Amino acid sequence: MSHQKKSNVIVEHLRRIQMQELLVKGERLDGRGLTETRPLKIETNIIQKANGSARVTLGNTQVIAGVKIDTGEPYGDRPNEGIMICGAEVLPLASAYSEPGPPDEDAIELARVVDRGIRESEMIDVNKLVLTKGKVVYKISVDVSILNIDGNLFDAASYAAASALLTAKLPKFKIEDGKVVDTNESTPTPTRTIPVSVTMAKIGDVIIADPTHEEESIMDGRVTMTTDAEGNVCAVQKGGAGTFTVEQINHIVETTITKGNEIRSILKKATENGSI
Amino acid sequence: MVILGDLMKKQGIRSDGRKIDELRPVRIEAGVLKNADCSSFIEFGGNKIMVAVYGPKEVHPKHMALADRAVLRCRYHMAPYSVDERKNPAPSRREIEISKISKEALEPALILEDYPRTAIDVYIEVLQSDGGSRCAGITAAAVALADAGINMRDLVTACAAGKVDNTIVLDINDEEDKKGQADMPIAYMPNLEKVTLMQVDGTLSKEEYKKCLDMAISGCMQVNQLQKEALRKKYFGNEEEEEGDMN
Repeated sequence: MSHQKKSNVIVEHLRRIQMQELLVKGERLDGRGLTETRPLKIETNIIQKANGSARVTLGNTQVIAGVKIDTGEPYGDRPNEGIMICGAEVLPLASAYSEPGPPDEDAIELARVVDRGIRESEMIDVNKLVLTKGKVVYKISVDVSILNIDGNLFDAASYAAASALLTAKLPKFKIEDGKVVDTNESTPTPTRTIPVSVTMAKIGDVIIADPTHEEESIMDGRVTMTTDAEGNVCAVQKGGAGTFTVEQINHIVETTITKGNEIRSILKKATENGSI
Repeated sequence: MVILGDLMKKQGIRSDGRKIDELRPVRIEAGVLKNADCSSFIEFGGNKIMVAVYGPKEVHPKHMALADRAVLRCRYHMAPYSVDERKNPAPSRREIEISKISKEALEPALILEDYPRTAIDVYIEVLQSDGGSRCAGITAAAVALADAGINMRDLVTACAAGKVDNTIVLDINDEEDKKGQADMPIAYMPNLEKVTLMQVDGTLSKEEYKKCLDMAISGCMQVNQLQKEALRKKYFGNEEEEEGDMN
């Protein structure tokens, strides 16, 4: 199956062959096993002006997420729920090939997949974010900035967003004479679970976890799957022009749940201790 | 224990009267627009979607051309009057994402290497939307591409399954999509047995996930029969007795 030409990294023909030959033997260029993820480092509370923040490095991929909490009007069809929006932006400084300008389809997909994982897992207890029913609710905005690109932006951005939310302090607002007043006190943001996304790429018939940029540039397709703490699947996105058999998808579900649990304990430790 | 809510009237019957594994009525017609190289129209429940294919043709802008293959471009767009509240006609982020994944769902079936330095444009216009419009759009686009005579490895057929009132059901409609627990749109190449689009919104256990995937694929197989019938009808008229299998 032909790969997509999308990537900006031009992989030399010989290197491509070398990668493919290694993969068939169950090895990877950087010495990792097929389902082994790169070292994950999380630092929290790195931006003081934000209500919550986290820097995540996954191998050489580096991202920062910041949470800003404000109030706003609820959505018309959900009057008794607070608002949570998650966005992601690939900054021009993130690689020699990133350029300023409106987000392209890849950046839009990234932002929407990260948002979907947090939203569909019901990580944030939006019912606890209502100040006046139908009128004033908390509005939580999570923004992820991509600082350095080396593959698997989906997972790095999703870990950063989750870590920032887990450490975010919810300001205590009260309504006085119909106006929102900040009491200068805060409580932890109400969360129910920790969603963890795991991205697996398919190169030929080999499936690998946490692809680097170089691996992404020769992959046929990928699947990003988000699981919650109970081991349920909450969000999935297949990307790339490749295909998957039902057996491959079942293998991905199993691996994602196991890997998800490992990574969830790292996120938990980091957000309790400030960094890992 | 099954908890019955709004969406399940009684065990096994859904709010719109369908059974758990029943598709909405589907009608596909090939060759409906004169100017397009090929076109199709699909009614999938309340969805009404028009698809046109232009190409293989010269690539504009020229720098997008690829020396060894055709460029496939796909635009999924909803008409302002297609939903309850008027939709801004400018492409939304949702539409841009669906355009991308629809292209990626169709691309594996096309032998693009046969048309170097050209472009194939697929326009999916949702005139009325009723849940599952991306699946209906991909299904119709595959029919139009096949009708355009573009070399293909297989048809692509799409159908969603989901979880509604704790039950796994086939082909969820708008109401089930909004109030249900999970939605899993799947696109599938029925002869090659490969999944080309997979998304999930909502929570499914591991077992439910597998059940849902199997059910969506069985829906795809049913839709595939209708695709083949639509193509057969365009070329052979209403000879329903036609035995030949078009793949």
